[in-house]
Amino acid sequence: MDDLYRELILDHYHNPRKKGLLHPADIDYAEDNPVCGDHLHLTIRLDENNRVQDVGWDGEGCAISQASASMLYESLVGKTLDELRAIGKEDILDMLGIELGPVRLKCALLSLKVLKAGAYGMHEWPGEEE
Amino acid sequence: MRDFRTPLNVESIRADFPILHQEVRPGVPLVYFDNAATSQKPVAVIEAMDEYYRRYNANVHRGLHKLSEEATDAYEGARKKIARFINAASSREIIYTRGTTESINLVAQAWGRANLKPGDVVLSTEMEHHSNIVPWQMLAEQIGFELRFVPLTDDGRLDMPALHAMLDGRVKLVAVMHVSNVLGTINPVREIAEAAHAAGALVLVDGAQSAPHLPVDVQALDCDFFAFSSHKMLGPTGIGVLYGRRALLEAMPPFLGGGDMIRRVELSGSQWNELPWKFEAGTPAIAEAIGLGVAVDYLTRIGTENIHQHELAITSYALERLAEVPGVRVLGPADPREKGGVAAMVLRDIHAHDVAQILDHAGIAVRAGHHCAMPLHQRYQIASSARASFYLYNTFEEVDRLIEALYKVKETLAF
Repeated sequence: MDDLYRELILDHYHNPRKKGLLHPADIDYAEDNPVCGDHLHLTIRLDENNRVQDVGWDGEGCAISQASASMLYESLVGKTLDELRAIGKEDILDMLGIELGPVRLKCALLSLKVLKAGAYGMHEWPGEEE
Repeated sequence: MRDFRTPLNVESIRADFPILHQEVRPGVPLVYFDNAATSQKPVAVIEAMDEYYRRYNANVHRGLHKLSEEATDAYEGARKKIARFINAASSREIIYTRGTTESINLVAQAWGRANLKPGDVVLSTEMEHHSNIVPWQMLAEQIGFELRFVPLTDDGRLDMPALHAMLDGRVKLVAVMHVSNVLGTINPVREIAEAAHAAGALVLVDGAQSAPHLPVDVQALDCDFFAFSSHKMLGPTGIGVLYGRRALLEAMPPFLGGGDMIRRVELSGSQWNELPWKFEAGTPAIAEAIGLGVAVDYLTRIGTENIHQHELAITSYALERLAEVPGVRVLGPADPREKGGVAAMVLRDIHAHDVAQILDHAGIAVRAGHHCAMPLHQRYQIASSARASFYLYNTFEEVDRLIEALYKVKETLAF
């Protein structure tokens, strides 16, 4: 547990980065995890070269889902849309640096699911894994 | 601290449950507080099922050979024990199902389809487990009757004046849980049955959280149907019971069609078997029925009233200790005498999954989430709760471990 709730994760949980939605935004997507009641809403503003100029998000849920969102979304600034689409499950796990069971994995990956669905402009992210 | 006493010899009971004697991590003994989800099994139950498979595994009701006769005796013998356990008038009123959920679906599909029509009302409550909401929603969509819900009071009880007012003559069935799996509230089923019958409605009781923990007498409760699951009462998964009044069951069409539920089959049509087998199509869960019978023996020997008193002592102690932890709120009635052995906790704005994870690290198994009662959580405007639920083998020392671990949650997540 001391691993799971390590300093970095608790820091992002208690002091979330980039929290607060952008108006207007080029990408705007929200999703719930019905099992936990976790909720994430992501907004992204792109520059003329389709790079992420700024992000803002809002949400509620467990420490893992919220810290994952804070860490992932903070890292998006400056990336191209193609780079956003290339982010995968392993990147999230590397970023969190913890081992997760199947239930908590869903919490950790909600941030990615919202990003992917937003970046693809689709409600179903084709790469979603069970 | 007040003096909390239990009528049980918990140490000797714990010796019957091998699973309890383990460390979930080196140096961290298991505290099993997830009994409302499923209970642990005593050695006697495990061995009875093992013995069936090792010594007399055979199909029931059909074979004329020795093993089949022995299997049939054990399978039907368990039914008689269950009938006595809930004081049914006859073992023909005991129908084996897969569990509480299937029992309720059986009533919906067999009784509901034959008896409900557009304009009728099925009255459920905002407290219910999804298994006593969704089958009625599905059937309402097919038939077009109205589904209404008795509201709850702020302190976690059924709003009884509202319930009485809602029994308006259109209500054909009241579907209500006996004990809440989240709030712990013990509902006044007898009073509800009296009012429902006076208004011309039948009563279905979801007894999943009462049959394992309280003395249940279906005739004294005066309910028409009573559903419960084996796995929450020391028995195996995969089997449960529907009790129904004989006259009602006789008049109902079958639920599933197939072998064992027929008297005679011709290509032009079939005749149904007599009770209870009319509702038991296909090869049943034989080992599981035998295991449930042994679980009932075990509960009967200890005594459900003693179990209830033990849980009352543990719950009283837990509520008193939980009140010491700043920021912890327990859902449901504050008086432990009004509830079963359940303490669903909300810790400020900390998500229940974080609570459960940190408790797990301290070896304590609780359930986190909405406990299949989303409407109830919506009613109290909470996303989820962390639920500790107690049984006959839990101890006061285990409650102390929970309290200690909650301080760790507080420290880690700084609430």
